[in-house]
Amino acid sequence: MKNSNLEDVPISITCPACGLLCDDVSLSTNPALSMQNGCTKGIRFFERALATPASATPLLAGKPASLEDAIIAAARILSKSRQPLFAGLGTEVQGMRAVASLAEKTNATLDHMHSEGTVNNTRTMQNSGWLTTTLSEIKNRADLILAIGTDITGSHPRFFEKLAWNTDQLFSKPTPELIFLGAPAETAKANVAPDGKAPTLIPAATSQLPEVINALNALLSGKKLNADHIAGIAPETLTGLIEKLKAAKYAVIVWSAGALKIPHAELAIQSIVQLVSKLNESTRAAGLPLNSGDGDSSVNNVSTWLSGYPTRSRYRNGIPEYDTYHFSTQKQLDSCDAVMWISTFNPHKVPETQPPAIVIGHPDIQCGHVPDVFIPTGIPGVDHAGLMFRMDSSITLPLKKVRDSGLPSLNEVMAKIEAQLLSETTA
Amino acid sequence: MITLLKNGRIYDPAHQKNGVIEDIYIHNGRIIAKPADTEKISQTFDLSGKVVMAGAIDMHSHIGGGKINIARMMLPEYQEKQRQEIKNLSEPEAHICTPHCSHHATPSTTDTGFRYIEMGYTAAFEPAISPVNARQAHLEMGDTPMIDKGGYAMLGNDDYFLRMLAAKKDQKAINDYVAWILHATQAIGIKVVNPGGINAFKFNQRRLNLDENNVHYQVTPREILQSLSRAVHDLGIAKPLHVHCNNLGAAGNFATTLDTMSASSGLPMHLTHIQFHSYGTEGDKKFSSAAAQIAEAINKNKHITTDVGQILFGQTVTASGDSMMQHLNAKHANPKKSVIMDIECDAGCGVLPFKYRDQNYVNALQWAIGLELFLSVEDPWRIFLTTDHPNGAPFTSYPHLIRLLMDKTFRNEAFAKLNLDAQAMSNLTSLDREYSLYEIAIMTRAGAGKLIGLHDRGHLGTGAAADITVYTDQADREAMFSKPDYVFKNGDLAVKDGRVVKVVWGVTHTAKPAFDIGVEKDLKEYFDRYQTMQMDNFKISDDEISSDGRGQVVAHHNNKK
Repeated sequence: MKNSNLEDVPISITCPACGLLCDDVSLSTNPALSMQNGCTKGIRFFERALATPASATPLLAGKPASLEDAIIAAARILSKSRQPLFAGLGTEVQGMRAVASLAEKTNATLDHMHSEGTVNNTRTMQNSGWLTTTLSEIKNRADLILAIGTDITGSHPRFFEKLAWNTDQLFSKPTPELIFLGAPAETAKANVAPDGKAPTLIPAATSQLPEVINALNALLSGKKLNADHIAGIAPETLTGLIEKLKAAKYAVIVWSAGALKIPHAELAIQSIVQLVSKLNESTRAAGLPLNSGDGDSSVNNVSTWLSGYPTRSRYRNGIPEYDTYHFSTQKQLDSCDAVMWISTFNPHKVPETQPPAIVIGHPDIQCGHVPDVFIPTGIPGVDHAGLMFRMDSSITLPLKKVRDSGLPSLNEVMAKIEAQLLSETTA
Repeated sequence: MITLLKNGRIYDPAHQKNGVIEDIYIHNGRIIAKPADTEKISQTFDLSGKVVMAGAIDMHSHIGGGKINIARMMLPEYQEKQRQEIKNLSEPEAHICTPHCSHHATPSTTDTGFRYIEMGYTAAFEPAISPVNARQAHLEMGDTPMIDKGGYAMLGNDDYFLRMLAAKKDQKAINDYVAWILHATQAIGIKVVNPGGINAFKFNQRRLNLDENNVHYQVTPREILQSLSRAVHDLGIAKPLHVHCNNLGAAGNFATTLDTMSASSGLPMHLTHIQFHSYGTEGDKKFSSAAAQIAEAINKNKHITTDVGQILFGQTVTASGDSMMQHLNAKHANPKKSVIMDIECDAGCGVLPFKYRDQNYVNALQWAIGLELFLSVEDPWRIFLTTDHPNGAPFTSYPHLIRLLMDKTFRNEAFAKLNLDAQAMSNLTSLDREYSLYEIAIMTRAGAGKLIGLHDRGHLGTGAAADITVYTDQADREAMFSKPDYVFKNGDLAVKDGRVVKVVWGVTHTAKPAFDIGVEKDLKEYFDRYQTMQMDNFKISDDEISSDGRGQVVAHHNNKK
């Protein structure tokens, strides 16, 4: 049986596998799954997605059930709950609209699965602001790309192919020099330009990045470093880096909040942002925070226009509140009385929960113990259309449906639960 | 079903009705002529003694899109802080609270719709849609209930247009591109922000004057304004080119503003938030009011329309496409933080919180300059009431602003509390003008509807959409305009006694002039080579706006050609 409606011709799609949201991709399944302009991450995403059973059924305490019964059971859990947690939130714009609506009706707390890293970006932006750029600006203007604590391609595989090594750009600039600071050495080293130019690697342990970035800030402010080395790096290396940044016409500094798994990562990001800000006193430079995926940019944007806040927020009697500390999944798992875990793009493992659990999303989703309710939904960009924010938030792109399945979309499921709740309260 | 609004005092400047007592009949969401006596009237509202106007139209208000969402996201401290501040205020300045009020300079989409209609506004236009970000703007506006929406697409800093201009492409090619942008972004007008300057900032230019070249393209802001105002005119769309002049906020910028008036060679141009562009350099502090010169020039130049962008005191946030000037002004941000972006070889943005204080010389004078402009521009059909929401103040402060315009005593009392040095530099108290209800109806209804080209909004004639606001005539105009008795949206009673009683969804107004689709050949190549999205995904279809059943696209056809 064919598991897609791709007949003989490849179709052009938008790939939701990472924040680059490549829409120059075409997908075909004849004779085998292949992607033109695809990447390993995209191939893996579609292989896994198209291998899921299009006929997956809901489960109640592990036993197959109708969608209607599963909806009733989920609504019952939420109607009894005084403080539910909606976590995971792996979804796109339309799904998040419906999630937010249900959250408002149920006084739920909202947290995205990747917010442990994301909130460090959000809080930096809220504390000092920042100067950032977008993908097409990088493609056409960047003459230096400095990646801090990330190889970029691990999470965003086509980044350099599309934005650095493209031969077409508007302003006759040179191919940008790539410098990796404190990035995974093996994978960073592999980013060799088609013309054979190798990237520069400045090794540093992730935990020592704050020290290095602060030293760069000191040098940029004209201070002298009275040390033999900074985190094992010779001062001349850092001086050389600062000179390159100052000489660049449009330097782009890339970081990944998700990869900065260190205490006080927020302060490290703050220092990066400060470096960008200072550079802009004399030349042009910009920052680019990488996203972590699973619709994080979409979820935070939608949540913000609907409630005034990105996630780690909650509703209290219809009034939104925001607290990046108390409303984390980790903290809420201890105090909430119901959990709804949502992950539509990927079958991420559900965190262990004590309170009654509703799990909604990818048909292959993994649960440690059997949830009270499991409702499989279609995968956005595979089973149904959708809308998604790119990592730089400036662009929203349509996702296409590539196969016919009986799986409902997340927003259909959310709307049904909300309708069921309403009918119970008015009955 | 016919609804009768009986015996209201009608202010409908589009039909020269200045306080006449008349009945209005509504059927199927439209205003109809008096029906035959045999027709059944289903419900009657007795409006004896009430003031009746069309629903108000905000022709410039940042209500949706990337930079407003950044403003929301970067300022979580507002909610609690403003809640407290409002509580402590003895008199409302720049803000009127209602039960739905979020106390937020940049309310959520739901609050935006509710707060607008609770003040009697039934439409608002987002003036700065960057074309690459148009989908987000429409998503946000799609989640904004109660009011009609629409937007102006920003051009003039995008590399595609500047390349055309530098290559001296003919006007027809430019017209086709401009029309294509209107279609692709579902916009009703074209805006240019700091012509050429946002682009120049990406090449490290820090200021750009009207006749100064962009270093890369070697074209001037004047050439950009000429080309775009010509395109808008040739395409026959109603809304004149919406211009945010170069040098926003800079002392002495009035000279640029005066020069800009001539840049379209007599073709219609709208100079927006002109208060921010009317600054001289006189006095000890080298910052003075040039409102008199600007107003005189507007009075003389009949092709120019303007809106004020009044500032009012209190905490707000400025969200602008003008990354060049916002970066320059970031040092004045309060709280001190700024988000600046370069966007997609298309646009930029800058978001800075601001706290305007009446004891600050510059802020106090800005306040006075805005009012001087309102009172000195003679023709209310060519000047519009805006605070450039949220840049000068949140739109929720309109009732306060209306009182300042209608009540000389109130205005002069407020002036007397300002920074004394600022008082010494303003002639405000010598301006005795008080706006009439008829003039308010022009600048917030009839004039705005006409300017944008909404043939069936902003007036109460037969066939018009039944967007109608009913007020109780009160000497305190702030109280009057902050709480209408009734607001009807497309004939539905949506607000009663200043509170929403029914949630309704408005439409999205657009302009779709004819153009040569051949323009897509070169555009496709441009997208494939230089952009990071496909041309087809750049374009927003009607279905995207209407598919959830709440929205609808209304295209206003040009009637000039």
